[in-house]
Amino acid sequence: MSQPAPIIEVAHLDKFYGDFHALKDINLTVHQGEKMVICGPSGSGKSTLIRCFNGLEWHNSGTLVVDGTEVHEDAKEMGRLRQEVGMVFQQFNLFPHLTVLENLTIGPTKVRKQSAKQAEETARNYLERVHIPDQADKYPSQLSGGQQQRVAIARSLCMESRVLLFDEPTSALDPEMINEVLDVMVELARSGMTMVVVTHEMGFARKVADTMVFMEAGEIVEISPPEQFFTNPSSERCRMFLDQILEH
Amino acid sequence: MAGPDLSGLQGKPLPQSSALRRFLSSAQASVVMYLIIMGLIIYGAYVGAQNMGYNWQWHRVPQYLYSLTDDGFQPGELLLGLAATVQLSVTAFALALVLGLLIALLRLSGLAIGTPVAIGFLELVRNIPLLVLLYLFYYVLGPIFHMNRYWASILTLAVFHAALISEIFRAGINAVPKGQWEAAKSVGMSTAQTYRYIVLPQSIRFMLPPMTGEAVHLIKSSAIVSVIAVVELTTVGRNIISETFMSFEIWFIVAAIYMAVTLILSVGVSYLERRYTVDQ
Repeated sequence: MSQPAPIIEVAHLDKFYGDFHALKDINLTVHQGEKMVICGPSGSGKSTLIRCFNGLEWHNSGTLVVDGTEVHEDAKEMGRLRQEVGMVFQQFNLFPHLTVLENLTIGPTKVRKQSAKQAEETARNYLERVHIPDQADKYPSQLSGGQQQRVAIARSLCMESRVLLFDEPTSALDPEMINEVLDVMVELARSGMTMVVVTHEMGFARKVADTMVFMEAGEIVEISPPEQFFTNPSSERCRMFLDQILEH
Repeated sequence: MAGPDLSGLQGKPLPQSSALRRFLSSAQASVVMYLIIMGLIIYGAYVGAQNMGYNWQWHRVPQYLYSLTDDGFQPGELLLGLAATVQLSVTAFALALVLGLLIALLRLSGLAIGTPVAIGFLELVRNIPLLVLLYLFYYVLGPIFHMNRYWASILTLAVFHAALISEIFRAGINAVPKGQWEAAKSVGMSTAQTYRYIVLPQSIRFMLPPMTGEAVHLIKSSAIVSVIAVVELTTVGRNIISETFMSFEIWFIVAAIYMAVTLILSVGVSYLERRYTVDQ
């Protein structure tokens, strides 16, 4: 079986905030259809890394190639690239002045220039997939956190992106709503979507991850398949982190 | 207002505020006191005018507001003046909005040249009195650029208020959370699309109250163009007085007209504002 094509390639990537070395010599590759879960203590640079993938942050040196395009601040292709790389945020970031349906169709109609009818059809289809078909005409503030995050996932899906980035998608949710969001993400993973997920939800990681990444202090400490990652991690630091978050 | 019925409850009632305090904060008491104070002021003005031998001629005022002829309703000089004031203000305000938005965007653009240009403009306008600015436009820039007095006054008002309006735009745009920008970018929107579909619609809510204040301010400061004899409400009032010597009556009426217009504007916008908040 031939190896699927790489969609995100990172080589020797460094990022600084002033004097602070936020990302140190990052090397990794995400292939098409791969599910990568990135974990690590807060402040380790996980979010910063995936925010570099769609140009919400810019790296200072090294190479980052996403979907065949070299990412840097002046790249003309950034607009096109962002259409191919969807993102789901910790704080949902839905557009509060638009209804759920409008949140889903504004990207496809204004950016992808789809017809309103076609965009609405796609949107209703994806609302069905995230299990909230009957909330289309409400405003985001009328929904629960879990519903809002599922709308945000549907919004990314409507752009028919090739990769989805998840930046701690369940961290801002009340505990009883975490599973409804994770269930949707598991279904999405099973459908073959390429996903890079920053999360502490190790149950989810065990279920779907093809590759586990552990980061600390801006470095990748461990990169391994989940069987090895959870049973026999090579680094002591990673073992300690897993003990702490899996304890209860 | 009667308090709730607490008779069925176990707890001790809270101590009542004093009788005097309750009387002073009741609605009836404030209306009565307001009427007494207004009455005293009006009576004082009337007595003062009587003492200086002022000849009140209110009956001559209506003809300057309107007249009813065989052709029906005819607006008088004052109403025509009001129309000119409204036209002047609307044109100047529209220009000020465009200019103010451009300056705000320039400042937020992150371009190295943006901030100094915007701040320079802001400080220049803020530190020159409106009257002097008007003289500059009319007596200096007017002859240079072949501007008539009408356009000199419109530009003066537009430039003066654009400075303040740009600050309102900037604050309104900054009040939209950063996450909205990121979400818009992540669906591939350009900066222009993000402003148009995401940021500006949300900042309207923050900008409406101060914008209304600015519009009211502009209508009032438009009176200053009467010093270069542009025809508008204040100029018309002055002309009528120089013919009739009814200075008390006419100035009262002119003030009342300005007040009516700006009050209608404020009430209308606060209605709009309520609708915007219900929507979300």
